[in-house]
Amino acid sequence: MAEKRKKKLGIKQRYSMLTRGLGWDTTYQPMDKVFPYDNYEGIIIHDWEGWEDPFRLTMDAYWKFQSEKEKKLYAVIDSFAQNNGHLGITDARYVNAIKLFLTGVSPLEYQAARGFTHVGRQFRGVGPRVACQMQAIDELRHVQTQIHSMSHYNKFFDGLHSAPHMHDRVWYLSVPKSFFDDARTAGPFEFLTSISFAFEYVLTNLLFVPFMSGAAFNGDMATVTFGFSAQSDEARHMTLGLEVIKFMLEQDERNIPIVQRWMDKWFWRGTRMLTLVGMMMDYMLPKRVMSWREAWDIYFTEAGGALFADLARYGIKPPKYADIATKEAEHISHQAWNIFYNYTHAAAFHTWIPEKEELDWLSEKYPDTFDKYYRPRLEYLDKEEKAGRRFYNDILPMLCQVCQIPMGFTDMDDPTTISFHSSEYQGNKYHTCSHGCKDIFDYEPEKYVQAWLPVHQIYQGNCGGAEVPDVLKWYNFNLGADNMEYQGSPDQKLWDEWQAHRKKA
Amino acid sequence: MSRIVSITLQNNDDARPIIEAIEKDNPDATVNLYPAMVKIDCDGRLIVKQETVEGLLGREWDVQELHLSIVSIAGNVDEEDDYFELSWNI
Ligand SMILES: [Fe+2]
Ligand SMILES: [Fe+2]
Ligand SMILES: [Zn+2]
Repeated sequence: MAEKRKKKLGIKQRYSMLTRGLGWDTTYQPMDKVFPYDNYEGIIIHDWEGWEDPFRLTMDAYWKFQSEKEKKLYAVIDSFAQNNGHLGITDARYVNAIKLFLTGVSPLEYQAARGFTHVGRQFRGVGPRVACQMQAIDELRHVQTQIHSMSHYNKFFDGLHSAPHMHDRVWYLSVPKSFFDDARTAGPFEFLTSISFAFEYVLTNLLFVPFMSGAAFNGDMATVTFGFSAQSDEARHMTLGLEVIKFMLEQDERNIPIVQRWMDKWFWRGTRMLTLVGMMMDYMLPKRVMSWREAWDIYFTEAGGALFADLARYGIKPPKYADIATKEAEHISHQAWNIFYNYTHAAAFHTWIPEKEELDWLSEKYPDTFDKYYRPRLEYLDKEEKAGRRFYNDILPMLCQVCQIPMGFTDMDDPTTISFHSSEYQGNKYHTCSHGCKDIFDYEPEKYVQAWLPVHQIYQGNCGGAEVPDVLKWYNFNLGADNMEYQGSPDQKLWDEWQAHRKKA
Repeated sequence: MSRIVSITLQNNDDARPIIEAIEKDNPDATVNLYPAMVKIDCDGRLIVKQETVEGLLGREWDVQELHLSIVSIAGNVDEEDDYFELSWNI
């Protein structure tokens, strides 16, 4: 390939034509008036040209590669639907992970599209502006392709019919929703720190990689394909996250404490939200890829360790409470599953007690905690259920004012004591689940007192009525089908019929 | 302190020559197999060279075709016409 056709311009030059070449300084209005948001957070930028674009994708290349990704993806989606791909999954219990994904995660892709559209207008530097605008298009693609892929399951299984409606109303979905609401109502630099850096760079591997690998392992071709298609954009998004951090840190040393505080805050918010993923990995995949603990060790302890060692030269420390989060990796998936088991009559997916081999797997993966604290509870609940006394908790839980998760997590050094924290603000008391959430509240109480907490809203009469079934109807649940225990659910009945047919054939 | 850089690629036909090229050009790299994907770790630095991939593929290969197979990365990115490199500055 010696006489390869040379492109006229190198990749760096082409990219700088697109970005710097298309930017200009306004003249008949001052730049500060045109871009009012990029300095009020206190971040000081001396030279926007100091922004380095790690990926140099020009528009023509962008459209070319994105359309190729779409073609591949839609070929698989079609073939999955045409070949009744849902029959090839390991077990119908698996679909509950998809329900959680469609109602909890896909709407975040849309929130991301809105957020990046907004900040893609607000930076006066052209480099970040172009990167954010491309990402906004990517995120819109993600939500669309996810809805298309998962719509196939909606033909057969319950709980997948009203994802956006549920996302805005249902109690546990307020956990991811409030995370993005919090990010989108911050300034543009904090938004990029929260979404691009803390979420996409530091934590997204914990969401997508085990999820997609898990989907593959459980025969869900549609999800693997949309997941990998979305994830192929993610490498670009992750680099934007790392670049914005380095850019802020290199521009002025007064930016360092602001960036550190944002990192601490969004790392903690992110790990709280990922509790849902931990639970999915340890409990909802019939065939398991790795435990939450193992994923945490690879993607946070190892990968995050290298990252924060790299950032140490700017004076950045690993996120506050990273040590607590690492301790939590032994516990939170079990504690979260227990919360959902308690409240599955008010959830749009099913829960169950893991089968014996699954419990054994958990014992093996969590030798220090599972047998001691969690297995006996699950076995007790199992006995109760088999005796016709399936436990449902009818008392609405208290929620953390910041992460909005029911206050069910324990002190990590004392896993039988619930962790409670509280703060006073203007004569009222506000509850938080952890030191991390309390710090966040205390720094910006005027923001978090406005939180739309589902349980408070129910008690205030804003959610369809006074009784639980009224609220669930307001959520758009099909009662008796979307919610309750997996054993005896319509999903299970249908799946068992399919399996019986298969045996006959 | 760990200084592992890492690239995760889909385990499919498009990515296989890239994986092979990475193994060739980064003899210290460790290849971890997971369902449907491959995670390659290397201490400090990892490079994907256009020339090596083209040699294995037997056709021209635009480094940006990497975008079609990539799942995740860890490390600072340097993307050029003829290579893609990940590194930590420790
Ligand atoms: Fe996305
Ligand atoms: Fe993204
Ligand atoms: Zn909390």
